[in-house]
Amino acid sequence: MLDAILVMSGIAIALGAVLGFSAIKFKVEGNPLVEKIDAILPQIQCGQCGYPGCKPYATAIAAGEADINKCPPGGEEGIRKLAALLGVEFKPFGAGTVPKPKAVAFIDENICIGCTLCLQACPVDAISGAAKQMHTIITSECTGCELCVAPCPVDCISMVILPQTIQNWKWQYPVYTLVQAK
Amino acid sequence: MRTLYTFHGGVHPDEHKLESSELPSAQAPLPQRLVLPLQQHIGAKAKAIVQAGDKVLKGQLIARAEGMVSAALHAPTSGTILSVDLNAVPHPSDLPEQCITLAPDGEDRWIDRFPLDYRTLSKTELLAKLRDGGIVGLGGAAFPTHVKFSSSQSIQTLVLNGAECEPWITTDDLLMRERAAEIVQGIAVLRYLLEPAETLIGIEDNKPQAISAMQKACANTGIEVVSVPTLYPTGGEKQLLKVLTGKEVPSGGFPLNIGVVCSNVATAYAVHRLIAHGEPMISRMVTITGSVKTPQNFEVLIGTPIEELVKLAGGALPDSEGYILGGPMMGLHVDDGSLPVVKGTNCIIVKSPQLFPPPPLALPCIRCIRCAQACPADLQPQELYWFAKAKNFDKAKKYDLFDCIECGACAYVCPSHLPLVQYYRFAKSEILAHEKEQASADAARVRYEFRLERIEREKHEKAERLAQKEKAALETSKQAAAPADSAQSLIQAAIERARQQAAAAKPHNIEQLTPAQQAQVAEIEARRAEAHELAHQKDTPHETNNAD
Repeated sequence: MLDAILVMSGIAIALGAVLGFSAIKFKVEGNPLVEKIDAILPQIQCGQCGYPGCKPYATAIAAGEADINKCPPGGEEGIRKLAALLGVEFKPFGAGTVPKPKAVAFIDENICIGCTLCLQACPVDAISGAAKQMHTIITSECTGCELCVAPCPVDCISMVILPQTIQNWKWQYPVYTLVQAK
Repeated sequence: MRTLYTFHGGVHPDEHKLESSELPSAQAPLPQRLVLPLQQHIGAKAKAIVQAGDKVLKGQLIARAEGMVSAALHAPTSGTILSVDLNAVPHPSDLPEQCITLAPDGEDRWIDRFPLDYRTLSKTELLAKLRDGGIVGLGGAAFPTHVKFSSSQSIQTLVLNGAECEPWITTDDLLMRERAAEIVQGIAVLRYLLEPAETLIGIEDNKPQAISAMQKACANTGIEVVSVPTLYPTGGEKQLLKVLTGKEVPSGGFPLNIGVVCSNVATAYAVHRLIAHGEPMISRMVTITGSVKTPQNFEVLIGTPIEELVKLAGGALPDSEGYILGGPMMGLHVDDGSLPVVKGTNCIIVKSPQLFPPPPLALPCIRCIRCAQACPADLQPQELYWFAKAKNFDKAKKYDLFDCIECGACAYVCPSHLPLVQYYRFAKSEILAHEKEQASADAARVRYEFRLERIEREKHEKAERLAQKEKAALETSKQAAAPADSAQSLIQAAIERARQQAAAAKPHNIEQLTPAQQAQVAEIEARRAEAHELAHQKDTPHETNNAD
C-alpha cells in the first residue's frame, strides 16, 4: 500500500518537474494565433476595421472580439483565409464595405505647403519631407491606406489607381465553353 | 560515340522545316521605321539615353542596362530618333511599352567599332562588354548572357543548344550551315569565360547539313558536336542537358546547380560579332514561314515591323490572318502586323485556317493521363490542371507547377483539347503576384512596427531630455541661492538682478549736448515739475501715477 503511494507520488513529482521545466524552457512569447492572423492581413494599416492597425485587429480577432469581415483591402480572399485558419464560416463584407483597386497617394507638389501633417499620419513612413519643405510620397512603400488624405489642410493629396503595365499584368483565367460530345 | 540519355515524354509534331530551310538566308533591306522596346529581355528595363530628334549612328548605344540583370540597346542603323514613347510590343497582354522609334536615314553609317582580342581581356571586362553590347540569349527567353556566364562556380560542361526542336523554325539550322566558323569562334569566347571541362553542341538529327558543317568547323577545337534524336522538346534547356549528360536539373533549380551552362548557338554567334567585330546585338536571323509565297530566313534588324518581313518572303498568301511569333507550340499569337521583331523573335509564322485550324472546342477532362505520359518535365499535368482550374494554388505549387516549361506537349496530346498551358500560365502569374503582394505586406509590417518603435523611442528621449534640463536648472539654483525656499529665492534674485540692471542703465542722450538742447531739456524738466505739482494739488495718487 505504502509502496504504491510512494511510487505514484514519485511519478507525480517527476512528471510535475518535467512539466514545470518545459513551461519555462519552451515558453511561447505572445499569442501565436495573433501572428498567424497578422500574416494574412494585408498590412495596409488603414484602420478601416476600426482598430489602429493590422496587429491590433489581429489581436482583436484572436480574442474573439472582432469579426473577420472588417478588412476591405484584404478582399474576400482574405476573409476566406481567415475563415480557414480559424475554422469558422466565410462571412461576406457588410453593406458599404467595398474592396477598392490598389492605389497610391500622390502629392501635388505645387500646392503642398510643407506642414508635415501627412508625415505624421503615414503609418509606414512612406512620405519624405520636412517642415516648410515640399513633401513627396515614396510610391514603392505606400500601402494606399488613405490616412494622409484627410489631415492635409490644402487638399493636395489624391489617390492614384495604379495603371496596368506589362510588369504587373497577369494571365487571365482561361474562358471556354464545354460542349456536349456528339 | 557518346552515350545519350532520354528525358521523360516528348511528342512528335509535324516538322514543317523544309519549307524555309531550302533557300539560303538573305539580308533584309532597311525598313521605313524601327521600333525598339526598352524591355526585350528578362530583368530590368533598359534606360533610354536618347531623345526625340537625336541623330544616331549604327551601333550607337541608345538605352543602357539598368541594374545587374538587364541588357543594353543599340541603334540598328543610322538615323533620327522619332520618339521615346509607349508603343505596341509583342506581349500576350497587348499592353503598350516604352519604345524608341528610329527613322533610318538610309546611309547605314557605323559608329567607330573596336574589334578586341578576348584573350587580352579579364573575365570581368569581358562580361561588362557582353552587358554593354546588349547580348541576350537568342533561344527565345532573352536572358542576359553576362548574367548566365558570370558564375564563379567551376563548370563541368558547356552545352551549346542547336537542337531547334520547334516545328517551322530553321534560324539556328541556317546559321550553323552558313556561319559555322563564326559560331565556333564565339564558343571559344564563352569557353574562355567558363573554362569548362567539356564543350558539347547538341543538334537534332533532322539537320544533317548543320551537323556536318559544325563538325567541320569544330575539328581540332575540343568541341564535340552531338547529333541527338528528334523529339519535341529536346531544345528545352533541361531536356537537352538530360539527353547529353544524363544529369537532371533539380526541381526549382538551374543548370548551374549541376555544373552546366547552356547557351544557344545563335548567342555564340552574336558574342563573336561583338568581340571580334565590335558590333553590338542589332540584328538576328528570323525565319519567315507559314502561309507565305517563299518562306526563307532573313538577317533582320531588331525593330523591323513583321509585315515588312512578310512582304520580303513574297507576301502572305490569300486567306491568311494573324501571325505566330516563335513556333506553333510555344509561340505568341498576334494580329498586329506593325509589331516589331525583338531580340527574342526567332520566327514569324503567317497563319491561315488551313495550316492552323482553330482549336476544336474543349471537352471535359477524361483523366486519360496522356498528358502525364507526354510531359517532358515529368509532372502530372492533369493534377496541375485541376488545381489551377479550382484556383488551388498552394496545391499546384506543391505539385511543382514552376518546373513546367510551358512547352505545350500536354495540350498537344490532350484528346479533350483543353487549353492546359493557359491554365498553368494563369496559376503561375497568380502565385507570383501573390508572392509579390506578400513581400510588400511584410515590408509594410516591418516599416509600421519600426515607426511605432521610433515614436516610442522619441517620446522616451524627449522625456529624458526634459528631466535632465530640469535637474540641471535645479542644481544651478541650489548653488546660487541660500538653502531658503528655492522658488521664492529665485524670484528674489531675479528682482534684485532687474533692479541692479535698471540702476546701471543710463539714458544715452544726456551727454555732450549743445547749449540749445540743454535749454530745451531744462524747459521740459520744468514743465514736468509743474505738472507734478499740479497733480499733487488734485490729491489723487492714482491720477498722479497716470500723469507720470
